[in-house]
This record gives sequence, C-alpha cells and structure tokens, in this order.
Amino acid sequence: MSSVPVSGAAPRALAPRLTLHVGRLALRSLRGALVPVLALAGGLLAWYGVSYLVLAEDRRFLLPPPHQVWQLSVSDPAHLRPMLEALWITAQVAGIGFVLATTIGVAVGALMAQARWLERVVYPYAVLLQVIPVLAIVPLIGLWFGFSVTARIVVCVMIALFPIITNTHFGFRSIDRGLRELFVLGRASTAQRLVRLELPAAAPSILTGLRIASGQVVIGAIIGDMFFAQGQAGIGTLINTYRAQLRSEDLIAAIGLAALFGLLVFAASVALSSLLVGRWHSSGDRH
Amino acid sequence: MTRTAPLVDTMGDVDARHLTHGLQVAFHETGLTYPNGTVALEDVTLPVREGEFVAIVGPSGCGKSTLLRLAAGLERPTTGSVAVGTRSVGFIFQEATLLPWASVRRNVGLLTDLARLPKAVRRQRVDHAVEAVGLGGFGDHLPRALSGGMRMRVSLARALALQPEVMLLDEPFGALDELTRQEMQLQLLDLYDREGFTALFVTHSVSEAVLLADRVVVMAPRPGRVRAVVDIDIPRPRGPELRFDPAYVAQVQAVSELLRGEQ
Repeated sequence: MSSVPVSGAAPRALAPRLTLHVGRLALRSLRGALVPVLALAGGLLAWYGVSYLVLAEDRRFLLPPPHQVWQLSVSDPAHLRPMLEALWITAQVAGIGFVLATTIGVAVGALMAQARWLERVVYPYAVLLQVIPVLAIVPLIGLWFGFSVTARIVVCVMIALFPIITNTHFGFRSIDRGLRELFVLGRASTAQRLVRLELPAAAPSILTGLRIASGQVVIGAIIGDMFFAQGQAGIGTLINTYRAQLRSEDLIAAIGLAALFGLLVFAASVALSSLLVGRWHSSGDRH
Repeated sequence: MTRTAPLVDTMGDVDARHLTHGLQVAFHETGLTYPNGTVALEDVTLPVREGEFVAIVGPSGCGKSTLLRLAAGLERPTTGSVAVGTRSVGFIFQEATLLPWASVRRNVGLLTDLARLPKAVRRQRVDHAVEAVGLGGFGDHLPRALSGGMRMRVSLARALALQPEVMLLDEPFGALDELTRQEMQLQLLDLYDREGFTALFVTHSVSEAVLLADRVVVMAPRPGRVRAVVDIDIPRPRGPELRFDPAYVAQVQAVSELLRGEQ
C-alpha cells in the first residue's frame, strides 16, 4: 500500500481524538448491550422467584427452575435430539406453508388490484378465510386432507394468507398515479408493467405482509402439529406429549425452542426486507 | 425523420383535416366535459407548428393541464378533435415521477426499454441524455440521493432519450425553488435549441412563459378556454440577461394584463 499518497502527519495528529472517539463509542455500545443483559437477568430472577417462593415443593413441577430445565432437558442429548428432529419437521411444514401462502397471496392480491369488480368478488372470501377460527375448521381440514403433514401445511397456508393478500393489494393500489401514467404513455405491456413497475413498487408492502405471515406460519405449524399428529412428529406434537406425561422440564425446553425458532424466522424475514428494498425504501432500514 | 408517417392521434379521435402541412399538434374546437357535468375545456382551437415552443398560462382550473393530457392521449375529448403528427411524444410531469429503486441511468432508459429499442441504441441514447442534462457522473445514484432540481433533470433526460418530436411539459418547474427554477429554464432553452422538438409548456408563471416560448396562450377558467394568444418576438438563443431586457419586461407586462383580464 506504499503507493497511496497520504501524508503521515495528518493521521498522527488525529490519533488522540480518534482514540477518544472510539472509546466513547465502545462505552455507548457497552451501555447498549447492558440493558438487554440486565433484562434477561431480571427475567431469570423472576422465574426463580416463582419456582422457589410462589410454588410449594410439591407443586414445583408446574414451573421447574431454569437450572433444572437445563440439566434435565436441554443439556441432555437424549432429550434434546428428538426435540430438534421434531423442530426440523415443523420448520419444513412452516417453510412449505410459507412459500405456498406467498405464491397464492401475492397472486390473489395482485389480481384483486387489477379491477374493482375482481376486488369485490375476491375480498369477501379473503376476509372469510381470516375470520373463521382455525380451531373451528380443524376437523374439516382433517377430514379433507387426512390427519398428517398435508393438513398441517394447509393450516399454515390458511393462517398466513390474509396478511399477504391484503398487503399485496394495498401495495398495488398505492402506486403513484404519475408512474402509472408514465407506463401508459410508454405503451408498456401488462407484463412490463407488472415486472418493471407494480411488483417493485409494491415490494415494501408485500414484504410487510410476509413479515406478519412469517410469524403466523410458525403458529400455524405448531397448531397443526398438535391436531394432526399422525406421521412424523413435529415440535407441537412433542409439546402435547410432554404435557400429557407431565414432563415439565421437557415441556418448557420445547416451548423455548419453538419460540427461538419463531424469532429466527422473524429475523430472517426482516433481513430479507432490508436486503430487497432497504436501499431505496425506509421500511427496509434496520431500526 | 421525414413526415411520411401517418397522422396519429393518441386515442383514435384523429381528425387529420386539421393537421395541415407544417403543423405538429392541432386542437380543433376541442372540448372536454366530465361525466359529472364539469366543463374542463370548451371549444379550444390551437394549431402548433412543427418546432414551435408554445407556453400555456392561466389560473388554476383553466384546463391547461387537461390540454396537455389530451395531446398525450391520457384523456380524450368529448367534442372536437386533437391531432398529433407523431408517435414520438415526451411527457414531463409536475413531479419528477422516477422509479425510486432504479438508478439515474435506469430511470433515464426506462422508456427506451419499454419501447424495446436495440440495446446498443438504448445505451447510446441514455449516455447522450444523461450528458445533455448535465448529470454525467450521477448515473449510478438513486433518486433519493438527488436534489429536487437534479431529479427533474433525470425526468427531462428520460423524455429526451426517446428523441421526441413533441415535448409536453406540465408545470415541470413548479415545485422547485426560485434559483433552481431559473437554472432549469436556461437548461430547457438550451435543450430546445439543440434537440429541436416541438414544445407545449404549461405554467402559471408569466415570466417563465415569456422567457421560453415563441407564443404564449393565455387561458381563462370556468369553463377552460383560450382568451388570447401572444407572439413573443424575442430572438434565440435566449440567455439569463433577457430578464432585464425592456422588450422582455414589456411582453411580461402585456401577458400579465391579459391574464388579469376580467377576473
């Protein structure tokens, strides 16, 4: 790097101030990290409090203390491995459901935006899908799709579809009128308009829908596990079993894993947003 | 381009009889009444010669923008006709109207892409247009990194890349601050001299209209109609020193008086 023509004096003169600055930054980030750590410690403390102070010893199985959950469940491969395997099944169900819901939801939302009459035909069905309680329609889904993996995927799709449809529709509807007219003046074909204007312009809104749906789909997969327990067991299936056998350490560990998985999926969808539209749209910015 | 191409209107209401030799745009007894009964335009007859720069001034609600939208084919007249002698029409909106996710170059090339011009032609047109508006070096910037004036330049370049024979400008500088606005006016004068398009320019600034145009059309509202047409006999090329020229000032005064007319 000797060819870079930088005078040595200037950086040296800056050095003390720079150190000070770095020091201040480090302090600030330390303080930033301290808050979540304290919050976590507070949570664990409260947990211990309930286990040992609220619950009498004969009822401590309702909420075993953290170290016991760790010792008897999480740190024991014989307990952890089946959970991870089940979680993998659930993740696959959620993933397939998410992809299907995205495909169907974006297509339906885009279709609804094409004409008022289409909107008025399709929208009531979308709302219906949303207002039917999933638990109420579970028996019917079981009859139609069997009580196995297919039915779980159907639950995922149903529960994730509505936010994708409505957000896609909103995104298409909110496209700037001037831009639309520009494409009319440019004599754009329907395909050109879709690819070069509508999909990118609606992307921030569609991604908002996907963020909501990504949370829903995890819930859907776990509900699905619980009600459609035939075939390979998902984490929801295990949670049900642990409850029935009063294995509260495993139950809490499994719930924790499921929550961790949900968090991971949500983080992934936020990252996807910032990757796809962060460059030009504020909704993709990291907060 | 030779004028052997068939006379074209944009929506099928062509009335070629009124687009006689040497005319590029012809409004003939054009009227537009909206379904709710509002009369936006009534009986406007306005021939625009090839290569002419016509400015349209008037208070809000006089239908001056509607006139442009008719010429572009975004609206169609309910009476009379609108004829445009070419398919090669550029339109500049009040806002820059850019794709926020696309770079300056991709925005400038948008219309040539939609028209599926050959790739080499597209690149050459985009290069030329970006340079012509003085945005060389900003090709990879996103719109949100640009100032309002620069965004409007991108919008101009996008229209120029089509090499339009007719340029329709709908209050393009209305949203800019005064200094940027004056810069853009000079830029447009320069582009007009070099590129040689026919221009229809809507504004509510009389001084802007007189500075730019060969003819100024003064419109009156409710219903929108032409009140007067004023020839501006100031030679080109025109520069910033014109603003203090007595002839220019006199013209601005005359048009202003016509505009105040009977309100």
